[in-house]
Amino acid sequence: MDLFRSHVLVCGGTGCSSSGSAELIRLFEEDIAKAGLENEVKVVRTGCFGLCAMGPIVIVYPEGAFYSRIRPENVEEIVNEHLLKGRIVRRLLCSEAIEDETTTKSLDEVDFYKKQKRVALRNCGVIDPENIDEYIAFDGYRALGKVLTEMTPQEVIDVIKASGLRGRGGAGFPTGTKWQFARNAVGDKKFVCCNADEGDPGAFMDRSVLEGDPHAVIEAMAIAAYAIGSDQGYIYVRAEYPIAVKRLQIAIGQAREYGLLGKNIFGTDFSFDLDIRLGAGAFVCGEETALMNSIEGKRGEPRPRPPFPANKGLFEKPTILNNVETYANVAQIILKGADWFASMGTEKSKGTKVFALGGKINNTGLVEIPMGTTLREIIYDIGGGIPNGKKFKAAQTGGPSGGCIPASLLDVSIDYDSLIAIGSMMGSGGMIVMDEDNCMVDIARFFLDFTVDESCGKCTPCRIGTRRMLEILERITEGKGEPGDIEKLETLAKNIKATALCGLGQTAPNPVLSTLQYFRDEYEAHIYEKRCPAGHCKKLLRYTIDPALCKGCSLCSKVCPVGAITGELRKTFSIDPNKCIKCGSCMEKCRFNAISRK
Amino acid sequence: MPIDRNGKDKEKFQQLQAVIDDKKGMPGALMPIMQNAQEIFGYLPIEVQQFIADELNITLSEVYGVATFYAQFVLEPQGEHVIGVCLGTACYVKGSQAVLDKLSEILHCPVGKTTEDGKFTLNATRCLGACGLAPVMMIGDEVYGRLKPDEVEGILAKY
Repeated sequence: MDLFRSHVLVCGGTGCSSSGSAELIRLFEEDIAKAGLENEVKVVRTGCFGLCAMGPIVIVYPEGAFYSRIRPENVEEIVNEHLLKGRIVRRLLCSEAIEDETTTKSLDEVDFYKKQKRVALRNCGVIDPENIDEYIAFDGYRALGKVLTEMTPQEVIDVIKASGLRGRGGAGFPTGTKWQFARNAVGDKKFVCCNADEGDPGAFMDRSVLEGDPHAVIEAMAIAAYAIGSDQGYIYVRAEYPIAVKRLQIAIGQAREYGLLGKNIFGTDFSFDLDIRLGAGAFVCGEETALMNSIEGKRGEPRPRPPFPANKGLFEKPTILNNVETYANVAQIILKGADWFASMGTEKSKGTKVFALGGKINNTGLVEIPMGTTLREIIYDIGGGIPNGKKFKAAQTGGPSGGCIPASLLDVSIDYDSLIAIGSMMGSGGMIVMDEDNCMVDIARFFLDFTVDESCGKCTPCRIGTRRMLEILERITEGKGEPGDIEKLETLAKNIKATALCGLGQTAPNPVLSTLQYFRDEYEAHIYEKRCPAGHCKKLLRYTIDPALCKGCSLCSKVCPVGAITGELRKTFSIDPNKCIKCGSCMEKCRFNAISRK
Repeated sequence: MPIDRNGKDKEKFQQLQAVIDDKKGMPGALMPIMQNAQEIFGYLPIEVQQFIADELNITLSEVYGVATFYAQFVLEPQGEHVIGVCLGTACYVKGSQAVLDKLSEILHCPVGKTTEDGKFTLNATRCLGACGLAPVMMIGDEVYGRLKPDEVEGILAKY
């Protein structure tokens, strides 16, 4: 094996690929060869580093130098200065990586990473996901070997149970218990499925694991198959994730080549193989029974439960379905033991959780934290706070099934039970931060709009009930809210929660209920005062000209597309609210800040 | 232009036939076959759905039911360039609706439709997973991030 003195790691995740990292890899290879360093320095395309906001990211080891937002024209300088002469190009480092005038911090000393604990993401941004040897070098497939040669299936399940691992897809069902049900179920054929249909808007944890460490999922599925007595698995992945799909295909091919998938793995009686099925853009297919219908080639409508999939799942056979991130923990638990895993987190939520931090926050990206970390630590210590000096208003977790957490609850511990107790949920890991400019009634409307669109139509409460809720919310945001609307929303929400067939419908009212709980005053301002406190809902805005500041330059009246602004030159102009379409052009153009919006 | 199975579209149907022959026996073959069919034809006209139904010995309603259930399947021809503006939560809170509105205004094209000259199809999409670059849109396979509404006209000019 060749040894290199230096490694240049370039992020090849979706975020950084979108900002041009493929071009950087090509340039690095070219310039390194030009400098005659091709036998000393290796360029590796890795999975996601997590700090997408700073992309494209380049890390140079052994120093751990953390370069951010690298442009193609910077490559030559890094090669000539850093790789050839050993001088880190400080100007191009991520600003957080600069300690003082002479010292720099390495990647793991930067605030964004310091409070994180990487278990599920341990190999993301470290290894080349398209090379099975790199995974194996980081203890890959050792857990599968151990399981097949030293443990009985029941012992595997007992370890997973003892670790306290719960489903990372959102609901938090104990993984070991799920496996036990499927092991106990009678059937001539059993299936192991992986839910990679990450539909929650604003969440990309599973995509990053698949792109950065696909073998971790494959290995864990083989372990699960051994535990329940299955020989066939399916990974159901979104078609919208082309890079993840490609890396999975490569990984499955390599695993087959090495005899880690297929017949008689590790020379034992155990055989297991895997297929990929592509989703086709239906959020409800994240629900387990709907997903199984979809793999069978049918409309992705959920089935009534019971019978539960552990007894009658895919093709009517006993089936387990786990989320990508859940699988990403399994091999580590087998290798390091249940006690190690259970030592992280809180009493009832063990281990770590990956969140996709997005919205109005400085460090957007992927973070993995021990359960029990507070929301404040995530937002301010890791996320770097809110940009542009704005105030934090709420964090949304759980996507369309979750809720908004207000500033007064910033010290809540992030674990399954605490989040449920305050009316939100863990969800799959989307965490969207909102500032004072976001209207909470509009956010509730946004999520209901999503649910209505994605409701499969099978059961009435979800199909019709969510539509009625959306209509009410639309009226409120358009200034046509009526007294009694809030109460109607509450009644509908209660009934839908109690009667919908599947998880999608049962949780659909949550965004409304949680915003009503914490931001009821905003609803009331919309309905009774016809006012949007955040200044977001267009139809409720009023543009006015401050006579004290207006110089009468007439610029605003010239840009107004509907002729709503009139006045005489060098005298105060005024806006006719009946004609105004609230486009905001006048406010953008005014040089004297004389126009305000309320 | 209507589909012509024995004329201009003959080759495409032969391609589809090969796909069906390859996948016919596997469990749950319908969706992978339809995904392939859409790659071949660009969309799923009723003639193609009928062909798949006949070949798999299932009813047209079953194929049509699947085609209309999933957002990925389209029943009408798409524009030369498909624009997808992300309306995932992260993009939405950072103002992607304004980007979408602007595109609709410039192209004189409602969301979900194709421009009259067949050049662009304008879609609002689910989360593209590039939340770090919000707000984001895609034109074909090209991703444009950290968008402002007044930048889109310049981007469109490239096509």
